[in-house]
Amino acid sequence: MTPAPPPGPPWWMKKPALQTLIDRLRADGYEVLGPRMADGAITLAPLTNLAHLPRGVRDDQQPGRYRLTMADDGGYFDHVVGPHSLKPLVFPPRTTVLEVLRVRDGWEYRTPEPPQPKRAILGVRACDLHALAIQDRVFLGGAYRDPEYAARRAGLFLIAVNCSRSAPTCFCASMNTGPAVRGGADLILTELTDGFLGVAGSDRAAPYLAAVGERPASPEEQAEAAAIPQRAAAQQTRRIDPTTVHDTLMNNLEHRRWADVAKRCLSCANCTMVCPTCFCSTVNDVSDLVGTHTRRQRVWESCFNEEHSHTAGGPVHPTTKSRYRQWLTHKLATWIDQFGTSGCVGCGRCITWCPVGIDITEEVAAMEGGRV
Amino acid sequence: MPAKKPRLAVFKFASCDGCQLSLLDCEEELLTVAEQVEIAYFLEAGPADTRGRYDVGLVEGSISTPHDAERIQAIRAQCDSLVTIGACATAGGIQALRNWGDADEFAQHVYARPEYIRTLATSTPIADHVKVDFELRGCPVNKQQLLELISALVWGRTPRLPRQSVCVECKRRQVVCVAVARGVACLGPVTQIGCEVICPSYDRECFGCFGPKEYPNLISLGRRYQRDGHDTAHLTRLVRSFNGYAPGFRTVDKVLAKNNHAYDSQNPSPPA
Repeated sequence: MTPAPPPGPPWWMKKPALQTLIDRLRADGYEVLGPRMADGAITLAPLTNLAHLPRGVRDDQQPGRYRLTMADDGGYFDHVVGPHSLKPLVFPPRTTVLEVLRVRDGWEYRTPEPPQPKRAILGVRACDLHALAIQDRVFLGGAYRDPEYAARRAGLFLIAVNCSRSAPTCFCASMNTGPAVRGGADLILTELTDGFLGVAGSDRAAPYLAAVGERPASPEEQAEAAAIPQRAAAQQTRRIDPTTVHDTLMNNLEHRRWADVAKRCLSCANCTMVCPTCFCSTVNDVSDLVGTHTRRQRVWESCFNEEHSHTAGGPVHPTTKSRYRQWLTHKLATWIDQFGTSGCVGCGRCITWCPVGIDITEEVAAMEGGRV
Repeated sequence: MPAKKPRLAVFKFASCDGCQLSLLDCEEELLTVAEQVEIAYFLEAGPADTRGRYDVGLVEGSISTPHDAERIQAIRAQCDSLVTIGACATAGGIQALRNWGDADEFAQHVYARPEYIRTLATSTPIADHVKVDFELRGCPVNKQQLLELISALVWGRTPRLPRQSVCVECKRRQVVCVAVARGVACLGPVTQIGCEVICPSYDRECFGCFGPKEYPNLISLGRRYQRDGHDTAHLTRLVRSFNGYAPGFRTVDKVLAKNNHAYDSQNPSPPA
């Protein structure tokens, strides 16, 4: 599912037409999820009404810091990515993959039927679409397809929005993953001053666009829309060079920066948990007291936990230094060897949601000078 | 079905009884527990059979009196396996605050006739006195973890009790980080998982009820909170509560003082 250039043509719609879109999707059996303000953040949550969107709310993101500010006016999508990505929707944090029941002559094994929720996600950003494409490769590419991921993924209807601004933690422009949406969504919106410009990205989006689009967008409106993500890209100050980062890291596996970052790193796993592409899990058998019923659970796990690398004889990564190095080299370098793409989409969540504000772009930059 | 029911005993030392209540709070599972194990000694619930040996002794509470210190030796000798349950038994509990104060002075303030009180100068974990085979964390312990422990005991397997951070569970539940989004000093990144993230779910910081996680980095987290303007005395009190005397938390005052010193030397005060 490589992002492809979006098919046209662009349509102009009034802002309240979003409500029609929500209503149509709901009538077609979709649960609509989108950005909603809750617990001091823009979360991804079910919504039914345009009024649920965080109009005029901006997120100030810094390393280890996230705050919301409100304006009286402003757009529905003035924020950027929040703590939640699409990851839990397709790769649930906790799921049962097998049930074992004790029967008279032995055991009975049951594989639960994966749920197939129909979900429309409003306001997906370019970085998260790229993350989903990476996850598709991990879970669906190759010989072993993940049935639950496949079922949940098939039910997604993705309504993307071009970012109108970047947070200081964003670095998608350098990773070539945004801020402009280049495909991978069913519908692509750009929020203009007095309306939306909408483009269908898939065949199934056409009837929705026909229902909400008022008229073909004028050349001026198209130009205005094209400039919006460009402006957001120009705001970005952080960057990683995707063409050199592989060798920068792999040629510096004994760089003293690893020991330095290990002093700051809490090994708390927040970065991996908020990362939209980190896919590690562990499998536990949970048995009842009488031994008649066992559930095999798959749970999100992290390379920052000792148990993650525990083998006979002890953990492969016994120190924070080796765990941080494992994470960063996999994310930015060996992921390319393994899956043919970087594991990073430049969303900046690992920077914002690190409680001590460790910044991966800074860690890479510190190693760019070569061996120290 | 295992051939023989494990014989279980529950003992209490200096504690609030909350962890024993967690066992009674198993409610619908309690009858099954009683079928799977022989609860031989559990004063809070009734049984008091002191004859013979116990396969497993669950110990609640800390050692805070000379009598406690003797009694735990006898209990250890009577139990094949000894498991501490809760913050008091594993870390000394809230009463370990006396370890940084003067127990005699406290007794003078609290009791009308302090001369009747025989107490030790410290409140210490069970493991400081006898060998402990397994520790169940929490203030109080988590019901699911307690059932997991009993289930492991019944079926002769190792209990599965992760030692990772509270943050892992917050993120699995999609709870918004109160430290990052609210600027609250939260102990989640240095605290062990197990509580089902009750406090952050209600927009409150983690108070460290499950004690230090594996490799707790108090230095780095403390420095972050200090730089954000959190008062060192407040941070010390936050860490020094139910699990303040746990090895990973015990030296918080020294850690924060050193951080402050390092921070001050990097950021000298402006000239007057």
